[in-house]
Amino acid sequence: MSAASDVTFAQVAATLGLVGVAVLVSLWQRMRLEGDIAVAVARSFLQLTAVGFVIALVFEGDSLVLVVALIAVMALFGAFTARRRAPSVPKAFLPLLIALGLAGTATLVLLVVLGVFSPEPRYLVPLGGMVIGNSMTAAAVALNRLGDEVTASRREIEATLALGATATQAARPIVRRSLRSGVIPLIDSTKTTGVIFFPGIMVGLLVAGAEPLDAVRLQLIILYMLLGSVSIASVTAVVLAQRNFFTPAQQLLEPIVSGEED
Amino acid sequence: MLFELERVSATRGRRDVLREVSLSLPEGSSCIAGDSGSGKSTLLRLLNRLADPTAGTIAYRGRALGTLDVLELRREVALVPQLPALLAGTVAENVAFGPSLIGREVEVGPALELAGLAADFAGREAERLSVGEQQRVMLARALALEPQVLLLDEPTSALDERARDRVEETLVDLRRRLGLSIVLVTHDLAQAERLADRIVRLDAGRVVGAGGEGPEVRRAPARTQ
Repeated sequence: MSAASDVTFAQVAATLGLVGVAVLVSLWQRMRLEGDIAVAVARSFLQLTAVGFVIALVFEGDSLVLVVALIAVMALFGAFTARRRAPSVPKAFLPLLIALGLAGTATLVLLVVLGVFSPEPRYLVPLGGMVIGNSMTAAAVALNRLGDEVTASRREIEATLALGATATQAARPIVRRSLRSGVIPLIDSTKTTGVIFFPGIMVGLLVAGAEPLDAVRLQLIILYMLLGSVSIASVTAVVLAQRNFFTPAQQLLEPIVSGEED
Repeated sequence: MLFELERVSATRGRRDVLREVSLSLPEGSSCIAGDSGSGKSTLLRLLNRLADPTAGTIAYRGRALGTLDVLELRREVALVPQLPALLAGTVAENVAFGPSLIGREVEVGPALELAGLAADFAGREAERLSVGEQQRVMLARALALEPQVLLLDEPTSALDERARDRVEETLVDLRRRLGLSIVLVTHDLAQAERLADRIVRLDAGRVVGAGGEGPEVRRAPARTQ
């Protein structure tokens, strides 16, 4: 293979040999994951091919309206997916949708205003996808932690409410811990980038034939961009969602505490 | 009348915990006694609106609870839960927390002494105290709000006999010095008789005796030192 831009379907098919290794390992160790591997391969092929056609259409249309529509759809699916990962958070969908929409919009607008990228579909669509994807993961982790923290800290929260604290004041310590959970994985991977692993963008650019330092600069832009967007998404999702654990009368919903249920 | 409950029902989770409870709690010291599962803790939570009833009405000094500002109510009618639940940090930070929410500074030492702790506890880490000491910090934290009513949920259930006696002495002393009204929840009828002017007995979410009227309850004066 000479350059990544010349990749053929035959070359993609050839890499199925490595998938075959995964299937063999599954059979050998009786992991019973062959079906899941097949589904994963088929879905990734279909989904990426479909999105490739959609992106091609958006590029050809060269319209910012299409870009906004595509990012809105990504935020919508992202919010659905993240909601499933935080089942103990009541009414999590809307906070997640707002969080992903805000993270995507704010980050892309800032990149354009700062002159990092020009406002063209070629830049905004892939960057928007990265922002929404990473924001979704971080917001889901943060909300999942929020649900666990509320369950584990009911006694502390209610004891604080009993002192005349508002729901926001009572939830402040758990909000802080949940936000840290959402953002820390990206901070850690940013710290170790280039030492323990090469990030995907940089690998892609190098394989496609870019100069290494050009690849590094673009990768740094992406990493710093993601730190900002992930923080926006986590804080928006957690701050909005924590209200859903409380009634307007500053009462914690479902106040069942083990050992105090009488 | 401090509290008046009229046909109050309440659930926790999906379970009916209180069933059409009607009772009056006068100013002074009242005790709600009952076994585990009788609904006494739930009743206490209703009195400062940590939860609301599913039916019926509750009045505090003649005013319907729902018409009062809930945050002001909780500062005026302070609840001390059954188990300690302190914030991470020092004892002083915990005691000052409630007043700080309304921008008020508080002298930590006197609040600790009222709750039966030496003033030098202020600098200690709350998490490193014994359960009995933590329970007293919970009491000091509530007293720092300068409440008019204290709601106490089994304040001695985690304590040994000696510590229990000291807490009971503290409560009697508090009532005498501060003129507080106290509503105490306990499973220990003997404790109820030692501490309360009026006793209400609950069983399976219903009142089975109140004051001197109930067949199983005797009216008992508060113990004096």
